[in-house]
Amino acid sequence: MTVVAEGLSKAYGRHTVLDHLDLTVPSGAIYALLGPNGAGKTTTVRLLATLLRPDSGRASVAGFDVVDARSEVRRRISLTGQHAALDEQQTGEENLRMVARLTGLSRAAARERAGQLLERFALTDAAGRRVKTYSGGMRRRLDLAAGLVGEPEVMFLDEPTTGLDPRSRQAVWEEVARLASAGVTIFLTTQYLEEADRLADRIALLHRGRLVAEGTAAELKHRVAGERLELTLADADAYEHAELMLGGRIVRRDPARSTLEVATDGSGAHVRELLDALDPGRTLVERFAVRSSTLDDVFLEVTADV
Amino acid sequence: MSEVLVMAGRSVRLSLRAGDALITALALPIMMMLLFVYFFGGAIETGGPYVQHVVPGVLVLCAAYGAGTTAMSVANDMAEAVMDRLRSLDVSATALLGGHVAASVVRNLAATVLVFAVAFAIGFRPVASPGDWLLAAALIAAFVTAMSWLAAAIGLLARTPEAASGYAFVFAFLPYPSSAFVPVETMPGWLQAFAAGQPLTQVIDSMRALLLDRPVTVLGAAFVWCVALGLAGVAAAAALYRLRVKRA
Ligand SMILES: Nc1ncnc2c1ncn2[C@@H]1O[C@H](COP(=O)(O)OP(=O)(O)O)[C@@H](O)[C@H]1O
Ligand SMILES: [Mg+2]
Repeated sequence: MTVVAEGLSKAYGRHTVLDHLDLTVPSGAIYALLGPNGAGKTTTVRLLATLLRPDSGRASVAGFDVVDARSEVRRRISLTGQHAALDEQQTGEENLRMVARLTGLSRAAARERAGQLLERFALTDAAGRRVKTYSGGMRRRLDLAAGLVGEPEVMFLDEPTTGLDPRSRQAVWEEVARLASAGVTIFLTTQYLEEADRLADRIALLHRGRLVAEGTAAELKHRVAGERLELTLADADAYEHAELMLGGRIVRRDPARSTLEVATDGSGAHVRELLDALDPGRTLVERFAVRSSTLDDVFLEVTADV
Repeated sequence: MSEVLVMAGRSVRLSLRAGDALITALALPIMMMLLFVYFFGGAIETGGPYVQHVVPGVLVLCAAYGAGTTAMSVANDMAEAVMDRLRSLDVSATALLGGHVAASVVRNLAATVLVFAVAFAIGFRPVASPGDWLLAAALIAAFVTAMSWLAAAIGLLARTPEAASGYAFVFAFLPYPSSAFVPVETMPGWLQAFAAGQPLTQVIDSMRALLLDRPVTVLGAAFVWCVALGLAGVAAAAALYRLRVKRA
């Protein structure tokens, strides 16, 4: 286990931001901390990356305690924050060389390392330009490159793709996958279910400072109905009637769109039986669709009663 | 140590690229010197050409303006994401702040050289032995270093870069109630006590004495002030940094 947190808590004044967080990240895994704005993702990352002190609880990274062995942890991690941590008035190359020097490389070694990383992130042409002239995607790539200078065991990426165009997002995903296959443990945060689903080996759902669910994407989806029958009702009366009839079987309701969802195995027999029972006159249900559960469903379900 | 050098190199590079801010920082003290020499100087009785009198005062004023820049760049770093990266790279507080201070000293010494150059051009004629020059250089370096540490502390105290430059403006005001521009004896009585006793006056009077071959009387006090202010700056900066980081 490369990252272990036990009962990690943090409050600002009377506002509890993280509430007894427990999590473990296996070595070499891509671990996604998924949650909406304000859930506590950045706080978690900054705690694990030794930049914040927990109020209570403990955490270790690469076997070292994040409070007692801060320097040991820092030597083995890198942090790429939510906002690009670059000097706008330095060139891309200068930024990387500075980071390389600060990780203890000699002048010559720093130059070489910077060159390699610029090449790897397709920034060689822009190496001599100041960062302030870079596009959002280029900044992100440079920021990731800066995170790799010290060849970390564990990389923390806080919302690495927020605000990126689809192509840059794709590039970041590919790089994350490549790093993981090279054995680097990746701890990333995201607001995008799709991103967690595509990228992560394990996903933790953070909601108002609490972990509300944790597991592989498949496990999480399994926790809620695997397949869903989505019914679009003809009008408000039909909606009310169907809601009454289906009762506890409803897994999701959306009165605004006049849709209800119930669990199904997806078989023709089950769908037909359900429709016949609900709507013998064939006037209430306007349309129906069968779909697989998404992480969205998981998220809505586990946060419904919190 | 190399960490401090890397951070200082960064700060120097960033200040060289600050564009208009750099030009203003260098031009302002020169403008002030010209202003005093050509507009006010004629009316101020100093027992000789006014430019002979005013150069040490301009140097001190220059350092005071420089403090604003330093406070602002420290506050800037504290406010930005780059701080998280530097901390996660385990860069020490000494290197983080020392880098800013070192760059600040370099900036100020460059400005000092510029002020001397312009002063020579408009008739400043110092009378000093090489030993006096050396002492004067050491004194200005000590003063500038002390101001830079105080400025770093102010940068840590302020929540925003704008606030930092606001607080640091106090420094830019301090040369006026001192012996920098007008003789202290011409000030109202209640101000004289402050003006005569304050550290800038000790530094300015010592510089004047060294550069104009006059009896040097308060050099010891000037150095003591510089060391004391510098240490106070270091202590305040260290304490404030710890506070900021803990609360972050
Ligand atoms: N320094 C701070 N002082 C006070 N409240 C904070 C501070 N940092 C974060 N918070 C609060 O903690 C909560 C979680 O913040 P954050 O960890 O940044 O969430 P996320 O990254 O998931 O958007 C938010 O409500 C935020 O306002
Ligand atoms: Mg965040």
